[in-house]
Amino acid sequence: MGKLNIGDKVILSPQGLQQLIKTLWEEGYTVIGPRLGDGAIVYGEVRSIEDLPEGWGDEQEAGRYRLRRRGDKALFGYNLGPDSWKRFLHPPRILLWKAEKTPKGFRITHNGHEAPRYAFLGVRACELHAIRIQDKVFLQGRYKDPIYMSRRANTLIITVNCTEAGRTCFCASMGTGPKAHEGFDISLTEVTGDEHYFLAEVGSERGSEILERIEYRAAARDEVSEAEERVSRAAESMGRSLQTEGLKELLYQNYEHPRWDEVAERCLTCGNCTLVCPTCFCTTVEEVTSLDGGSSERWRVWDSCFSLQFSYIHGGSVRASPKSRYRQWLTHKLATWQDQFGEIGCVGCGRCITWCPVGIDITEEVKAIRENAVKKV
Amino acid sequence: MAMLQESEPLEGTLLPEPFIVSKVRRETRDTFTLEMEPLNGGEKHFTPGQFNMIYVYGVGEVPISISGDPVEPSILKHTVRAVGTVTRAITSVKRGGMLGVRGPFGSGWPLKEAEGYDVVVVAGGLGLAPLRPAILHLLRNRERYGRVAILYGARTPMDMLYKKELERWRARFDIDLDVTVDHATGGWKGNVGVVTTLIPGLKIDVPNTVALVCGPEIMMRFTVRELNKLGIPDERIYISMERNMKCAVGFCGHCQFGPQFICRDGPVFRYDVIRPFFQVREV
Repeated sequence: MGKLNIGDKVILSPQGLQQLIKTLWEEGYTVIGPRLGDGAIVYGEVRSIEDLPEGWGDEQEAGRYRLRRRGDKALFGYNLGPDSWKRFLHPPRILLWKAEKTPKGFRITHNGHEAPRYAFLGVRACELHAIRIQDKVFLQGRYKDPIYMSRRANTLIITVNCTEAGRTCFCASMGTGPKAHEGFDISLTEVTGDEHYFLAEVGSERGSEILERIEYRAAARDEVSEAEERVSRAAESMGRSLQTEGLKELLYQNYEHPRWDEVAERCLTCGNCTLVCPTCFCTTVEEVTSLDGGSSERWRVWDSCFSLQFSYIHGGSVRASPKSRYRQWLTHKLATWQDQFGEIGCVGCGRCITWCPVGIDITEEVKAIRENAVKKV
Repeated sequence: MAMLQESEPLEGTLLPEPFIVSKVRRETRDTFTLEMEPLNGGEKHFTPGQFNMIYVYGVGEVPISISGDPVEPSILKHTVRAVGTVTRAITSVKRGGMLGVRGPFGSGWPLKEAEGYDVVVVAGGLGLAPLRPAILHLLRNRERYGRVAILYGARTPMDMLYKKELERWRARFDIDLDVTVDHATGGWKGNVGVVTTLIPGLKIDVPNTVALVCGPEIMMRFTVRELNKLGIPDERIYISMERNMKCAVGFCGHCQFGPQFICRDGPVFRYDVIRPFFQVREV
């Protein structure tokens, strides 16, 4: 077989996937993929297919997540867990710089940072969109974030299309899934059954080079259609949906809708939704000073618009009420994000619904506002 | 072990530059004006209305608007009120001490666009600090503008910033400066009342007037209302906003005000641009 071109489709066996992982490590990548951990599917280092959650799936509902045995040997037979790839591209804690005390004041002693070379294995279509959305935040404005930029540039992306949708999924209505169309190096679709195989699609030169180093075979027409069939079944089995038409105008006109008071009655302002969200990007900084005051570090850490400190200016917090904080989160994600970055900041992954301890559902909240919208203020 | 490669150092926008405090002047009980010069020389050009992030070693960093003269970029001037941990630390730095500076960031007052117009400057309390560079520009280029009126309101005579300078400005015949206090104390012979009470008395050509407003949000709200009553439309009113800020470059998300990032799209906004959000509580 000749050199693989972008768009070419081939078949990998589970052993081929094993070789792929091995090759990536040999190429100097740290392979990050799904693993069992803390009673959920989480993302961590994957050195072999043995590390993947074989035969594990999950059940999700608003405020509920449980692992379950699938009864097959699927390696990617789960829906999204609480982790997202922003953990690696936009880390929860990172040292920005370090200074030491000098007789005259201070001196910056450390201002570089290590940029790991990641290969992400098992990126879902919605998550790929989330990465693209964060690219806009960190790389396409007047300023570019050097930390995100170097990590992102180094990262190789292997998507795995969803063949089953979860109960809290709504990517189909957001136009972000369940199939990844572009922005990946290699895209996989897993087919289980009598034969266990992966339909692999080449997405980039880099992806082609990697695939050339492992064993694959040509894809038969029925193998391609079987894989595609499974992905479209996922699209039809979405647990939820969100109507995006006119969403910005709807929310801009309904800042004083009574529904905000109702949801605030339930919202604990815990910030779980912001931490599991793959696009939420807010951070704060911490000054960490040595006991003798001789050195001081600035760390950047994830923050949440649900905290009171987030909007604190002298005299008090701008968003003192839980209502205003929930409203900020939802209207930012779905409305103001569109003015800021040209698209909706939600990809329909459903994590905020699953991981909300009281089961608040973003799709329900939007529906409630839409059904009883206030006229233009 | 992951293969690691050392990436480029953080860009200047994330890294504080060392500045040496060359002068500290007490303005009021809790407010000080600091003059700073870059340790390694050089200049910091800025547009009136912009701000810097000021860092105190081991304590933290806050956004502070620039109060200096835009034609003197070798001296950085900031007027700071000690209200929190970082601002208390900044105001206790003595002459010769070091502070870190990132910036300047944000949008400026529309001084170019206002040429040929009458200009009304309305300041409340510490709100005079970000307007000072604009006033200095107006005075230096007086011939480019129509009438210039400055209205300044402070809580008490003791809370007034730049007192000597206010005296000098008041002595000029080519501008109208009016000052008022909310609460008079002994010996005060001037106006008493909030700054908005001075607006109806403005001697300006309303259809050709641009207004620059800075102060507490409640003051700006009522100022806009009075300016509107006089006939100045929202499109010719500019206000400077304040919000919590950590990064000043649009990454931390703290300063969002509806669709705007105050650090990047503001702090100076044309009022009609932010009006829908300015009218909602807790945005």
